[in-house]
Amino acid sequence: MTTGFERTRGGGAHAHFEDVEARMLASLAAQVVELVRDGAAQPGVVGADPDAGDPLAALVGMGADAPLARPDDPALARLLPDGYGGDESEATDAADFRRYTEPGLRELKATNAASLITSLLEAGADLSGLGSDQTDAPGKDEEPAGVDVELDADAVDGWLRCLTDIRLALGTRLGVEQDDDERWEQLPDDDPDKAMHEVYDWLAFVQETLLRTLR
Amino acid sequence: MRDDGPVSTAPAPTEVERPETETSVLPELPWVTIVWNDPVNLMSYVSWVFRSYFGHPQKTADRLMLQVHEEGRAVVSDGSREEMERDVEAMHGYGLWATLQKADA
Repeated sequence: MTTGFERTRGGGAHAHFEDVEARMLASLAAQVVELVRDGAAQPGVVGADPDAGDPLAALVGMGADAPLARPDDPALARLLPDGYGGDESEATDAADFRRYTEPGLRELKATNAASLITSLLEAGADLSGLGSDQTDAPGKDEEPAGVDVELDADAVDGWLRCLTDIRLALGTRLGVEQDDDERWEQLPDDDPDKAMHEVYDWLAFVQETLLRTLR
Repeated sequence: MRDDGPVSTAPAPTEVERPETETSVLPELPWVTIVWNDPVNLMSYVSWVFRSYFGHPQKTADRLMLQVHEEGRAVVSDGSREEMERDVEAMHGYGLWATLQKADA
């Protein structure tokens, strides 16, 4: 089991992950990419956009297909929340805000997740079988040696954000609440939610150690 | 992004009696960004976001973070509507739950 991140002399961070941990991180990051890339541009509940004919809006991808409504998937909705309060009078403002910001936010989150996967690949993680299997499968007799991940300041930023997005998605799926540790401890060991919550907790540990390198 | 000219609240008949300073001297900072507590984000992460994005020193960032945690929300910035939309978008980029609203709301 990894002991998490440590600060490096160059101002970056280093961690050793077991192969299974590296694969899990990559798989979860890939799921974030899928989550934010799929189901883009929900049809708006506000109705037909009167500015749909705006050529400038269409040029920058903000035409009639631009997202106006909060995503139906609760996990995605947590990653892309409303910018205005739930007040009905603010519905138009919220839709406008979403129209202008959501495409960029989706892209940012996908980029952060992709950069996390890239650092794992650069560290030599064997991610074959995950997503596009372009990597050659290693010989079966190879020892599972784990990977050493080195992050510079930019990569630390991307990792912190992506670990957050993964935890937000998992936490929403699990229905995590404030100070609910007991609830998870009491679950039977064969409950799949218990395993998922252990992953969720483990990600918090990894993120905490990464944050500690910045203090 | 949108046009939000200064809001005139004074009805026309009384306008002539208003001291000029009331409208011209006060800075126009009618909007705020609010960060809401959520059960997922780590306290240390929220504090790092406030340091990283707003450039707050550790102490200020920790105080704001604790306010979010203990009171359920904190005003983290104020300014024009456009500025607040930028801040809220940035907070969403970090995965924090943030909204903007009029300062007096």
